[in-house]
Amino acid sequence: MDKLDLARWQFAITTVYHFIFVPITIGLSALVAGLQTAWVRTGKEQYLRATKFWGKLFLINFAMGVVTGIVQEFQFGMNWSAYSRFVGDIFGAPLAIEGLLAFFLESTFLGLWIFGWDRLPKRVHLATIWIASIGTMLSAYFILAANSWMQHPVGYTMNAARGRAELTDITAVLTNSTALVTFPHTIAACFLTAGALLLAVSAWHLRRRNQIEVFRPGLKLGAWVVLISGVAVLITGDLQARVMTEQQPMKMAAAEALYDTSKPASFSIFTIGSLDGRDEVYSVRIPSLLSFMATADPQGEVEGINDLQQEYAAKYGSGDYVPYVPVTYWSFRLMIGFGVLTMAIAALALWSTRKGRLPGGRWLWIAAVSTVAMPLLANSFGWIFTEVGRQPWTVFGMFKTADSVSPSVATSQAAFSVVLLTLLYGGLAVIELMLMLRYARAGAPENVVPGEEDDAADDSDRPLAFAY
Amino acid sequence: MELTTVWFILIAVLWCGYFLLEGFDFGVGMLLPVLGRDDRERRLLINTIGPVWDGNEVWLLVAGGATFAAFPEWYATLFSGFYLPLLLILVALILRGLAFEYRGKSDSPQWKRYWDWAIIGGSIVPAVLWGVAFGNIVRGVPISAEHEYVGGFFNLLNPYALVGGLTTTSLFLLHGAVFLALKTDGEIRARAGAVAVRVAVPAVVLAAGFLLWTQLTHSDVWGWVLSGAAAAALIAGVLAARARREGWAFICTGATIVLAVAALFVTLFPDVMPTTLAGGDSLTTTNAASTPYTLKVMTWVAVCFTPIVLAYQAWTYWVFRRRLRVEHIPAGGH
Repeated sequence: MDKLDLARWQFAITTVYHFIFVPITIGLSALVAGLQTAWVRTGKEQYLRATKFWGKLFLINFAMGVVTGIVQEFQFGMNWSAYSRFVGDIFGAPLAIEGLLAFFLESTFLGLWIFGWDRLPKRVHLATIWIASIGTMLSAYFILAANSWMQHPVGYTMNAARGRAELTDITAVLTNSTALVTFPHTIAACFLTAGALLLAVSAWHLRRRNQIEVFRPGLKLGAWVVLISGVAVLITGDLQARVMTEQQPMKMAAAEALYDTSKPASFSIFTIGSLDGRDEVYSVRIPSLLSFMATADPQGEVEGINDLQQEYAAKYGSGDYVPYVPVTYWSFRLMIGFGVLTMAIAALALWSTRKGRLPGGRWLWIAAVSTVAMPLLANSFGWIFTEVGRQPWTVFGMFKTADSVSPSVATSQAAFSVVLLTLLYGGLAVIELMLMLRYARAGAPENVVPGEEDDAADDSDRPLAFAY
Repeated sequence: MELTTVWFILIAVLWCGYFLLEGFDFGVGMLLPVLGRDDRERRLLINTIGPVWDGNEVWLLVAGGATFAAFPEWYATLFSGFYLPLLLILVALILRGLAFEYRGKSDSPQWKRYWDWAIIGGSIVPAVLWGVAFGNIVRGVPISAEHEYVGGFFNLLNPYALVGGLTTTSLFLLHGAVFLALKTDGEIRARAGAVAVRVAVPAVVLAAGFLLWTQLTHSDVWGWVLSGAAAAALIAGVLAARARREGWAFICTGATIVLAVAALFVTLFPDVMPTTLAGGDSLTTTNAASTPYTLKVMTWVAVCFTPIVLAYQAWTYWVFRRRLRVEHIPAGGH
């Protein structure tokens, strides 16, 4: 394997891994903040118990998101120095702004939230989790703006003398049409992910009839969040498909493995044949659906890979401009498939609990518990699709992945790095999973109502409400 | 003032802030086996930085991001060039961060012992390697005309940079001990104060030696001034620690770190990464910088938001200002 492949594997592994934790953090922080708000407003104990229970799972997950995020900040410079030189003038800005506006907010206010239960007035303490939650969303916006610039470069000029792209309009970068559709799609997916976590953990407890007063509402909340955010994912995904078709038609063609320009174009649910879809033996197709996704018109024309390859070769010079189609084709389907499956199970779970019911059907519970993994898979496939579909470019139409890698890094170093990080991440995954399971199984705390507020006199003697 | 100079200063400020804040975090981590004799005491030590360590670490992420935005060439050359040390720092920070959060999640002594090692190692490795890295930046490394580092790994392990690594480690140890004496009460407070006095000797020798070595080889007027001020602050800090004036001691060790880092940056200016290669090209605030437009945008962002960040970070320290005693650590897991 050469250095480029090693760097690509490292980026893929560390980024997919990091993005397991990010959506849970974003979605769950808002849900925990909502539960705590419910407690502050109603004073009902079950909301506080729910806040503490889901808050604990949130923090176990958040720690992994934080530490794996450090690698993200630096590996552009480590493995992709040529890319960093080329885009730094533009790409660095949203990254730095993300740090200053979002990371400080998240880390500082979560510190206050974790340790501040007895140190801050109730409402101020509630505000800290909301501020941290807003921080996570700000973070998402700036990093998506940076990624969107790679998908659809705007607000720049090329400086040929220095061989780099230079920023001319920061507003254009921050209001990139790609970012504006990607952000709601991603955030909705984050809520879907967190909703599924609530649904799955609650289902596990309800099957055992544990703490019904906490987990029945938990199940319903999770299911509703999945359904509502799922609808939002579908709508924003549909908008995004159209923006993508306009900006990167090759990606849409590769999503369907559509080799010949078609009008109208059908969408295949699955295909049996060669992996890249070139030779089809059997497929299940929905007529006109791809045309509708790509153009909002069931009769619309969708350009095929072969025509686009010719077009790109004429525009950018000879070369192969087709992404690896087996991955784009299947990741696109798996993304949608796992998302829709999660919604179906949520609907089923909700139906089964209507009017105070609590069914005992084993299969339903197994399905509900297994929903926890589905949005994580959907998220990963979504990113794999969007990044692989952009290949061979890092910055679409401007800068190729093959030119992005660090010239000064030795292949042995890159290999050492990817092996070390993969082993480390693998080990940490086991630990994280073990902790999540242990704390999920433990259920909500029973005694959460603090004793009568002591006076300031012996405040200095009171043990910490929370300590590491 | 040129915006490139402004950003050079801002990045220096970010690194000063990072070492000032995470400096004592590292010190606390390194002192864990020295000052914490049983589990409860170790938990007490960890909890002194519990609410703040993550916010402190963000200074590093922002320093990295700001370098990417303001000096992309610097970011690209530095992090691809110092590849292995940086990788080790990242691994150390990952393990250390998780250790804080996960250590108390099981009552098994073995589990706690593993995470204790993650905290100790995860604090020593970056404390040493950041000093080595900055030593090399100031000393200069082989950088080609294309701005690529061509030195390999062992080039970074030169005597000057290694002394730099020992200097940061000893300063962080002292800073951490002083911080613990300020933030705890009871027996630990006395022990931390005694340790501070003991590590003061190597810290003074190493810091004075490293700064002197730097100025003798580079000799920069402001470098001399700031190095002298750092030395004065360090000696004042040691005296305050001996007199058990913990607040003053902490202010002085903090000032030492800030002044010493400032001395290095002033000595570096206007280079950001000088080359030692005859046909090479040093990276400077001019040839490594982003466009004036990008710098202008970033300056506005920094001017508007940095004061807010400083305000709420300061508030956090105020909220958790209480000295901790062993009795404050609740028994059992959580």
